[in-house]
Amino acid sequence: MNQRPTAGVPILRLGDVLVSGLLNELDDKSALAFTEELTETIATTGARGVLIDISRLELVDSFVARTLMDLSTTARLLGARVIVAGMRPPVAITLVELGIELAGVETALSAEQGMAALGWYRGASSQERPEP
Amino acid sequence: MTRADGHTAAAPRTTGVPGQTRPQDSTTHTVCTEEDLLHVRHAVRAATVLAGFGIVDQTRVVTAASELARNAYVHGGGGTLTIEIVRRLGTTGIRLTVEDEGPGISDVDAALTDGFTTGAGLGHGLGGARRLMDDFAVRSEPGRGTVVTATRWHTRRA
Amino acid sequence: MTSSDTAVRERVTQVLRANADDIADRWVQLQREQAVLGSDLTEGELHEEADALVAALSAALEGGGRPQSLVHTHEDLNRNVTDLSLRRARGGASPTLASLAVQALKQALLEAVRRVSHESDEILAAALLINQLLDAAGALSFEVYVEGREEIIRRQSRQLLEMSTPVVRLWRKVLAVPLIGTLDTARTQIVMENLLQAIQDDQALVAIIDITGVPTVDTAVAQHLMQTVKAVRLMGADCVISGIRPPIAQTIAQLGIDLSTILTRATLADALAAAIPLTDTPGPDGTDAR
Repeated sequence: MNQRPTAGVPILRLGDVLVSGLLNELDDKSALAFTEELTETIATTGARGVLIDISRLELVDSFVARTLMDLSTTARLLGARVIVAGMRPPVAITLVELGIELAGVETALSAEQGMAALGWYRGASSQERPEP
Repeated sequence: MTRADGHTAAAPRTTGVPGQTRPQDSTTHTVCTEEDLLHVRHAVRAATVLAGFGIVDQTRVVTAASELARNAYVHGGGGTLTIEIVRRLGTTGIRLTVEDEGPGISDVDAALTDGFTTGAGLGHGLGGARRLMDDFAVRSEPGRGTVVTATRWHTRRA
Repeated sequence: MTSSDTAVRERVTQVLRANADDIADRWVQLQREQAVLGSDLTEGELHEEADALVAALSAALEGGGRPQSLVHTHEDLNRNVTDLSLRRARGGASPTLASLAVQALKQALLEAVRRVSHESDEILAAALLINQLLDAAGALSFEVYVEGREEIIRRQSRQLLEMSTPVVRLWRKVLAVPLIGTLDTARTQIVMENLLQAIQDDQALVAIIDITGVPTVDTAVAQHLMQTVKAVRLMGADCVISGIRPPIAQTIAQLGIDLSTILTRATLADALAAAIPLTDTPGPDGTDAR
């Protein structure tokens, strides 16, 4: 625990893409631990893309925004493209009013859109998108 | 999610002396640990729901509270956050008062400017919180702590 | 409070209790007579309201407190007076009618006192008490009435704003908001809220903001447009602004407003033509996935 704090946020590996989702109850320590864990995983797996689903986040304050921006920059330096997907409308409005536009962070409407942008496509048989 | 159209919420009951702001409910929370930051967010969210705020206004107030509470925790060495439900001319509002006894702010105007930061944030804390709220006041003196008072009034289907 | 005050108070309370139904009926009758201008309230509603208020009035008098402030301190009485006034404000009754309602209660009450008491001193003292009590009620009722009307105005102006910012679906995954009128902070908030919600509901990839109906674009309006575009982008969708008429384009250039990061088109048709290719999900290196 002292050696390596974990944020308790699962990070899945799908080929060269890492998939993760942030939950609502993310305190500052967990946010930092998550950044560290994800950065390390990118380095060890050589991932080319990272999808972070934030559709469950009801609040993104300047600290969480900072975390997402740092993560994007760090990942880019390691050769991975980060997409933050599924931001809720109230969160987007609040961030803009806070004066934060998440410069340098790529966004997608949903996890599925984000995965598609990272080179993952749904099969031809699945016509309908599942509800987010 | 609240849609802009559709059903109307019940109007908040108008009691008491109209035309006059008076606290109806007030709770004070300590902000001394990271866990406290989470608790404060929950308490503020609950208060905004009670005041009948729409989802966007809820998010605005909770985010502002998070910024202010973090400021008190990081720069003020901990403090308190008081949540009040206030009324003014038929409108309900949430008033947040965040107090700390830290080093204070020597230049309040500068601290309200975007990009001003002495810590790990984005420097949008104070100025950003001001934009998310309707009324905003900072009282601070170097060495004597900081008191921020911020109110947001109900705008949705009052 | 002197002993004679207490005696008068007990007397009035007694009259109220004993003649509650008569007073309520008489009050309703007086209101019906006054209501030349008409009100939406039915006879049944008036009776129900009168019974509750008369009951609250005697309960308030039985408890302690100065008669002038009972209407503020006694919760039940306060609520009844407030509700009475709000009902009239919402029902579209004239301010005169709303204030006459409380006056009529005064008359009904005084008549009831006069029926049982024949001593002029006692009647005078009772009248004084009733005046103190009901003048305060009248003042509260008036304030609440004004407040109720203001609330209606606020709600209506909000509804008007909501109606004037419809989000329409132009194409698969393409939404449009035709803006008409100016774009201030309140309007921007509503546009953003409606647009972002529609984007989420439809999983729309492009939002077109058409400003053909916006008379002028100054720095503030441009800032509000930028805010909306930024919020749309945070959601993961794209934004196109259309309907920039030549004079507005000139103003934007002269003011030095930078809209260079935003895709702009002259007409809604051009914007739609620009939007449709954006709805094809790009592959990892920007190539079309389909």
